[in-house]
Amino acid sequence: MSASSITRRRSRNSWLLTILMTVICLAFLAPILIVLMNSFKGKLFISTAPFDFPSSEAGTFVGWSNYTEGVRLTGFFQAFGYSLFITVFSVGFIVLLTAMTGWFLARVENKVTRAIYLLLVFSMVVPFQMVMFTMSKLANILHLDNPVGIIFVYVGFGAGLSTFMFTGFARYVPREIEEAACIDGCGPVRTFFSVVFPVLKPTAITVAILNAMWIWNDYLLPYLLLGSTYKTIPIAVQYLKGGYGSVDMGAMMAVLVLSIVPIIIFYLACQKYIIRGVIAGAVKG
Amino acid sequence: MQRTLRKFFPLFVLPTLIAFVIVFLIPFLMGIYLSFTEFTTVTDSQWVGLKNYITAFTANKEFVNALWFTVKFAVVSVVSINVIGFAMASLLTRGIRGTNLFRTVLFMPNLIGGIVLGWIWQMIFNGILYHYEMTLTFNASFGFWGLVILMNWQMIGYMMIIYIAGIQSIPTELYDAAAVDGANGWQRLTNVTLPMCMPSITICTFLTLTNSFKLFDQNLALTAGAPSKKTTMLALDIFNTFYGRVGFEGVGQAKAVVFFVLVAGIAFVQLWLTRRKEVNQ
Repeated sequence: MSASSITRRRSRNSWLLTILMTVICLAFLAPILIVLMNSFKGKLFISTAPFDFPSSEAGTFVGWSNYTEGVRLTGFFQAFGYSLFITVFSVGFIVLLTAMTGWFLARVENKVTRAIYLLLVFSMVVPFQMVMFTMSKLANILHLDNPVGIIFVYVGFGAGLSTFMFTGFARYVPREIEEAACIDGCGPVRTFFSVVFPVLKPTAITVAILNAMWIWNDYLLPYLLLGSTYKTIPIAVQYLKGGYGSVDMGAMMAVLVLSIVPIIIFYLACQKYIIRGVIAGAVKG
Repeated sequence: MQRTLRKFFPLFVLPTLIAFVIVFLIPFLMGIYLSFTEFTTVTDSQWVGLKNYITAFTANKEFVNALWFTVKFAVVSVVSINVIGFAMASLLTRGIRGTNLFRTVLFMPNLIGGIVLGWIWQMIFNGILYHYEMTLTFNASFGFWGLVILMNWQMIGYMMIIYIAGIQSIPTELYDAAAVDGANGWQRLTNVTLPMCMPSITICTFLTLTNSFKLFDQNLALTAGAPSKKTTMLALDIFNTFYGRVGFEGVGQAKAVVFFVLVAGIAFVQLWLTRRKEVNQ
């Protein structure tokens, strides 16, 4: 067998693989495309003919009416605002505070810091249902059951994984640069902000992405603390189900599309960081 | 440096620590205590010993059913997600055209939240079953396989990304050596790729296992436990016990403690087993 016939066979195999993967990827995208298609269809036809294209002749095409109805029923834009506010500020505080804690725990080694570190690591294996009831009662007593108070709650729940990651990374940061800053007359606060934090930046991006994915999509915690007074996006989606009766599937499809679009835009814009962050987060966890 | 830094404990550690103690540690300890009491508002508790634990298992079959449903679901999805995720990873590490695009598409569902995922798939499954004049809540096994498919769709891309990183870190010399020894494709997979990927396999089985056990949002949005609570998983059953019936808060808390012990136990045993395998290689 000559060398060229081997390469030819290999490239034919690679084309077959490309075609196979294209089919798999289309199957992966299909659910989202079906939701998009159905969001322009009358609500009765979504259950009877979910895989047909909406058409004006058959009377199944309804234009944007599902969107206006969905936005009206759920208060979608307000929900988007609350989700954005809570996610941005929680992630900001988590990154800042746990970076400081993580560095401190890596540098000051005594019984107290070791105990704090172990408690934080322990909290990562405790499921939310374990503290759900007592935490929400305590949050009511302390008036944390509003969009500002919930940021404090997220810092507490995010502390475990985030501090763990910062401590793990800070241990590899050479102490010489900190000592150089110390000799130059920087106190710990200035040393942290002007020397340490820039070095921790890759971990900070990972921590920010992991926490943003969790907080943006979180349903149960905001449901317990905020209820339907301040609806975040996941609460708004589930709210369409209401107490009794059937769900308006037309409005539901439109709201699903509206919830997915910002995620896809964010993903395509920061794909590199998201994938790198997820790998780093998994390896540490 | 260490000595000066120590004085800054209130600034560097205290804010995180206060949030952690109020939000996690106190509720956790209170939760353990309250599981041995009867209460409705956490301040009116009365010690009842193990009564709540006994009630959780004997009052009705719901908790035991949820436990079995969750175990079966976790086994099926851990195996399927990891096998398919690994297969995708090995297809995407051969330098074929469009690798980056395929990776982007397969990972995407992971970023969509559980509630949204549940409603997407509810519409699709009901659409398929409509042709057979049935719905998703007609039969408990529809809900089971529905959840398995949903979970696969969400997690395959995530696990694939971790496996790709694992496969790419294997030195090519090992494959050259295997080729010299005349190893075929299957032998290369079982004697080089899989053993060298053990750290990734540890992480992926850990993540899929704990995520399957703790599943809540997807369960709530897809079937909410219907028909007649047969597709209720542990997390949803605990939620329903707390908020569904007045006077059962203690039982809910007892179930939550059992759930915690189970999840923590599984996590430690799984890490211990696969880590031991890593050392052996």
